[in-house]
Amino acid sequence: MSKILPRPTETSAPYWQGCQEGELRLQKCNACQQVQFYPRIMCSHCQHQSLDWVVATGGGEIASFTVVRRGVSDDYPAPYIVALIDLEEGPRMMSYIVGTDPESVTIGDAVMVEFEEWSDEITMPVFRVVAAK
Amino acid sequence: MNNLRGSMAIVGAADTEVGTLPGRSPTELCVEAALLALKDAGIDKSSIDGLITCNSFAEPILYHAEAMAEYLQIFPGFCATVNTGGGTTLTVLQQAAAAIHAGVANTVLISMADSMRSFMTREQAMLAQSSTGHPQFEQPYGPSVPAYYALIGQAHMAQYGTTAEQYAEVAVSCRAHAARNPTAQMRKTISVEDVLTSRLIADPLHLLDCSLVSDGGSALIVTSAERASDFPHQPVYMLGIGEAHSHEHISQAASLTTSAAVESGQRAYQMAGLMPADMSFAQLYDCFTPTVLIELEDLGFCEKGSGGDFLQTGATYPDGVLPVNTHGGMLSHCHPGNPGAMYALTETVWQLRGTAGERQVNNAEVALVHAQGGIMSSHATAIFAREVN
Repeated sequence: MSKILPRPTETSAPYWQGCQEGELRLQKCNACQQVQFYPRIMCSHCQHQSLDWVVATGGGEIASFTVVRRGVSDDYPAPYIVALIDLEEGPRMMSYIVGTDPESVTIGDAVMVEFEEWSDEITMPVFRVVAAK
Repeated sequence: MNNLRGSMAIVGAADTEVGTLPGRSPTELCVEAALLALKDAGIDKSSIDGLITCNSFAEPILYHAEAMAEYLQIFPGFCATVNTGGGTTLTVLQQAAAAIHAGVANTVLISMADSMRSFMTREQAMLAQSSTGHPQFEQPYGPSVPAYYALIGQAHMAQYGTTAEQYAEVAVSCRAHAARNPTAQMRKTISVEDVLTSRLIADPLHLLDCSLVSDGGSALIVTSAERASDFPHQPVYMLGIGEAHSHEHISQAASLTTSAAVESGQRAYQMAGLMPADMSFAQLYDCFTPTVLIELEDLGFCEKGSGGDFLQTGATYPDGVLPVNTHGGMLSHCHPGNPGAMYALTETVWQLRGTAGERQVNNAEVALVHAQGGIMSSHATAIFAREVN
């Protein structure tokens, strides 16, 4: 067993490539300019099928979080902090909060992305608190 | 849509034994529940011309409903395996009502079972359920199912000042109901303090904020309202039904604190021509305690943001103004995975027939049942009554 690793597709490959290169990349619609997450073959707002990649600032805010006290398997030793992050560009994504005492995290805390190499192919974006609410 | 109002009735309802049943497979429990419901309806399996089932986690079968039909040796003209997670139990009612109304089927058997307790290890059960997360963008972070709901619970606390004590009231209230139900898995009454001192699973959820893991089956027989009086028991008519689907993955939800129960509820109330205050009792999906609090708000039983205060009035307890989960719910009665809310439906049938024994709600005339699947994703609300008008 090992951690659950994502399997990139043609559509999502630039996102995972970006993580390996230390960039959090988001799709932006060429028609309506909407920025979206997760990567799709279409704009979820206007249905347009031409999308470009933009590099996010990596900054965001904790929309919600939980301290998982019982991991889903032995590969996920508890405790770990699963959070929903509202990115500066608008979209929300799930990630980890790392490098902090679980008791000190608050909804509304400002966070910044960093990257953890999980395998040769996969680097995961995680977040660190940079300013408490 | 409104022509489905009162068009269908539940004429048979049955549960198998629930809890820890290592000697019976999900398939056997599904068939056992079906046979018990047929007996309750006073009919033979040859009367069934529609079959709806839900796959099990513990013994997945590729074409589930067809396999159940084969086992039973019935040959329906309408046969469907449905999967909207925990919401399946109610979404199938809209499908059955539509099929009956369209003349596709007359007598539909709905049977579901799973054995998450005895046929899966703890880790298998956790991973199977948490696979509801997005395979690329959620699952790698290892969110357990309690964690998904904890994200919702935590957001409601931050937005509205809801407290862990208020969530705990849901668990204590369900247990108070279960104490009166001889078939419930957990019957020893508990206090708010007991909930808060049980170990944390995913903040703010403690062990006693989480529903049970069980084995069990449950089944219903539904037919047209016109034929309902041909059956031995008081029919239970469906006056309203509504679904609403807002997302699958919690990171894609438009709101963490207001759910599509608002829309499914409005559709059901509108069809029934009834309001929250008309309900004698309600059965609300209680996979975790925050779910019930948000459903109370979104289904209009109290103002948005005041669910915690409403719970602390004791409204949902036995003899409260709105008894909720009169069988004990999935928090205390049983929770064998996706079939979990079937027990809310069978309990509603017994309450409206007036045969709920020690836990019978006084003057039970009209009831609301709500279930949701995914992570507050797929909502379905149904309203039932003893009479069509």
